[in-house]
Amino acid sequence: MSFLETDFVDENIVVTNVNDLFNWARLSSLWQMSFGLACCAIEMMATSASHYDFDRFGVIPRPSPRQADIIIISGTVTLKMALRIKRLYEQMPDPKYIISMGSCANSGGPYWEHGYHVLKGIDRVIPVDVYVPGCPPRPEALLEGLLKLQEKIRNERVAKPNS
Amino acid sequence: MMKSITEIFEALQANFPEDVQLIPSAEKPAAILVSPLKIHLIAQFLNSNENFLFDSLILLSGVDDANGKKVTAENGSFRYEGGTFSVYYHLESTSIRHKVVLVTRADRGEPNVESVSAVWRGADWHEREAYDMFGIKFLNHPNLIRILMPYDWEEGSHPLRKDYQNPEFYKGMKVV
Repeated sequence: MSFLETDFVDENIVVTNVNDLFNWARLSSLWQMSFGLACCAIEMMATSASHYDFDRFGVIPRPSPRQADIIIISGTVTLKMALRIKRLYEQMPDPKYIISMGSCANSGGPYWEHGYHVLKGIDRVIPVDVYVPGCPPRPEALLEGLLKLQEKIRNERVAKPNS
Repeated sequence: MMKSITEIFEALQANFPEDVQLIPSAEKPAAILVSPLKIHLIAQFLNSNENFLFDSLILLSGVDDANGKKVTAENGSFRYEGGTFSVYYHLESTSIRHKVVLVTRADRGEPNVESVSAVWRGADWHEREAYDMFGIKFLNHPNLIRILMPYDWEEGSHPLRKDYQNPEFYKGMKVV
């Protein structure tokens, strides 16, 4: 149970710890980089639209990597594009997260064997937090991926514990 | 008036007797085979002659005929020695409304074909693609550089060749 779900008593004072506060803030406003690659991007846009409403999880598209917390690799990553994705990722401020969406971004998908121009998985270039399978994944699957990422962030620590 | 492929061929034969040949299929002639180093003259003729007026190049595509000698290396990889690459030209006249297909074949070792980009501007990028994918050299092309693969892709590496092998790495990224 999150600390905000407890009632406000004692003059609106909430007692928590830094880890919980930071994690709650981060996982509740994952600003997404406005970025799409292939047919998966269509599903991602559908997820952002009113029916599935990514915004209710705090996911808002941002037009610049410098304002983004999360990048969803939504589609086939060509070797040419991989270099540019790496650059975009490096331009994002920490903490930053990556969802690899669909078979192409996960492993090259249908281009696994004969795709001379396709990177066989975006994790060969940048570190992935959550892999969403599917070709393309339905919006529900992407939402599930986002919830998994939130779960992951909920257990992060702000500082290294003293040993 | 619409012209049949046979009529087009006869006109070409009268003007370029050494450089054209009819490719027969079971039913009717399918295409006209032309010399790779004369294709630009033939294109110019078909484009400007008032009986034909082929003002539109529908498409230009390269083909690896893979008809050379297959040499297999010890590791199972193979390459072709000799044989040809083909370039197909699909032409249409938008005023007369007839179509024709031209084919040209160039040696695999030195695939030189004259560019038709001076006749049809659209051929520019089509020829760049055929060069990128097959390594077919279009002579007198204004800007024969890769169009799909990265500009710094390995020299002489053309992905749609039947004996193509992926390089192991590209800029530190594992490819295969």
